[in-house]
Amino acid sequence: MSDDIILRVENLRKHFIVGRKGLIKREPITVKAVDGVSFNVRRGETFGIVGESGSGKSTIAYITMGMYLPTSGTITFNDRDLFGHGDRRPLDLRKEVQIVFQDPGSSLNPRRTIRQILELPLSIHQPEKDRLTEIIRLLELVDLPPEFMHKYPRQLSGGERQIVAIARALATNPSLVILDEPTSALDVSVQGKVLNLLIRLQRELNLTYMFITHDLSVMRNLASRVAIMYLGRVAEVAEAVHFFESPQHPYTQMLLSSIPVLTEAEEALRPAQIRSTGEIPSPVDLPSGCSFHTRCPQVMDHCRHIDPLMVPIDVTGSDHIVRCHLFEQANGQVSS
Amino acid sequence: MAEIAVSPVPEVIDAAALARIQRQNRRENLGRMWFKFSRNPLSVIGLLMVIAIILLAIFAEFVTPFPDHVRPFTDFVNAKKPPGGEYLLGTDQFGRDILSRIVFGFRFSLLMAVVVLTLVVPVGVTLGMVAGYFQGTIIDTIIMRITDIFLSVPPLILALAIASVLTPNLTNSMVAVSLMWWPWYARLVYGLSSALRTEYFVSSAETIGARTPHILFREILPNMISPIFTKMSLDVGWVIIIGSMLSFLGLGVQEPQPGLGTMVAKGSDYLPTGQWWMAIFPALAIVVVVLGFNLLGDGLRDLFSAEEV
Repeated sequence: MSDDIILRVENLRKHFIVGRKGLIKREPITVKAVDGVSFNVRRGETFGIVGESGSGKSTIAYITMGMYLPTSGTITFNDRDLFGHGDRRPLDLRKEVQIVFQDPGSSLNPRRTIRQILELPLSIHQPEKDRLTEIIRLLELVDLPPEFMHKYPRQLSGGERQIVAIARALATNPSLVILDEPTSALDVSVQGKVLNLLIRLQRELNLTYMFITHDLSVMRNLASRVAIMYLGRVAEVAEAVHFFESPQHPYTQMLLSSIPVLTEAEEALRPAQIRSTGEIPSPVDLPSGCSFHTRCPQVMDHCRHIDPLMVPIDVTGSDHIVRCHLFEQANGQVSS
Repeated sequence: MAEIAVSPVPEVIDAAALARIQRQNRRENLGRMWFKFSRNPLSVIGLLMVIAIILLAIFAEFVTPFPDHVRPFTDFVNAKKPPGGEYLLGTDQFGRDILSRIVFGFRFSLLMAVVVLTLVVPVGVTLGMVAGYFQGTIIDTIIMRITDIFLSVPPLILALAIASVLTPNLTNSMVAVSLMWWPWYARLVYGLSSALRTEYFVSSAETIGARTPHILFREILPNMISPIFTKMSLDVGWVIIIGSMLSFLGLGVQEPQPGLGTMVAKGSDYLPTGQWWMAIFPALAIVVVVLGFNLLGDGLRDLFSAEEV
């Protein structure tokens, strides 16, 4: 469709088989890590994905990277199917999508120098270029001194390691970078530095980010659009401004109102206090109907049986999609 | 596609200066490791014993009083002499100097250990690493089930069986020990490799598009060096013991070559008649070699496990 969409995720499902039950039939016990997720990432934006632990955020990232094959559904990058070649993704497609993992302590090989780490993507994707020059250029790009190339990851601080991981992701000249909680393993003092670097790189290199985090304040500062996930499904997608100022889905409202605040200015930004009730259910045994109905303050009878559809709503005058029966009724739609 | 903005590359990256920093780092690392190692006096004693044995074995021709006693030689006038005097550890039933033969015996023991480990480690490590990386696939099943078959036979029995089928000599005893030894490395490395394959740096190399040999030998293998090395240093002693057992049973080093196990076997004939030195001194020599390597191995293990933390 419109060519400003760089990544299109459609009805993505990933079910992991975690065991089997029954003696004869051996029915698989599955975890529905991602269960019917659709969204679009637009070129040049920072698309945020928030959600509690286990809501399937990282699984989406790993599927996009090709670390898992999806159970069903498609992901297209610039209208090319990412899984059109099975798990043997061609190099020219690999180079376009790169990832920065959460913990730089385990994403950098402790036995390889920074130079060797940065050399790998260069040797695969840009074999014609002079690697040493490229490595120095990459380190300069992320504000690290060239001498760092002879160090081992353990000789760097956590923040510096994450910056090296960012440099490695940029080594292939990608257009989409997936940031899987890139700052959650870092000290607060370093988080700001890394985030500012990411913002500068996005501007200079024309990058699109898919930013995954559970830190709502980071999201508020960085994302242009936000999707919120609950138990493997997207509950709401909206422009960041609208997401934080006029959340529509009861789960979003609950989550936002649970942010601790210090000042009155912050209090004013917060939606009306809704008390969070209950625990997040197990993804092995999902509730029937709307998976949020066990904790929803506005639960209705049919929420318990019928899964709501994703419906666009027009409260904010922009793209705003909610998966909730409250809005299907408002729009006069009836789900099957 | 956005081309990364080219910032000017600094004119001078002083390669010599960088190399100097690297050398200095390496020296400091070695210094720190030696400091840790030397904290344990037993490891240092083990190291000294091993160095002494290696030097003796290399220069056996020059340090032993009767180097020609390891070749066909008889001197019945001086046969069965007790320790002391000209023959420090006595002589055997052919009048050969036991001390000289023990020192030459070290050669065969060390040769055994070196040859067996250089055969066994690359094979066991490669198989275990490949099986671990492809955990859950048919490759894993084939490699590890073969490994299990070898492991299910008691090791000494297996070595005996293999050695007795082949002509009894040093080379074939090495083959026998190697065949029983590689599965232990495959097992050890399998566990390490299947754990490492889920690390994010491996996923990262995979998503970048690195080839499998790169991932195996450059990303995974370097992270297993410490445990492999520790096992090797502890195994030297064991290989020597097994080798000596085989030669004790007549399946290893053959007369007149001086295998320590062979010497114990021949000497034990004379234990009832009071010529104890013929068996006891070669047996003590085995103890000394194995003790030395085990003390050193323990020290290295402590060093590496401390480094991991």
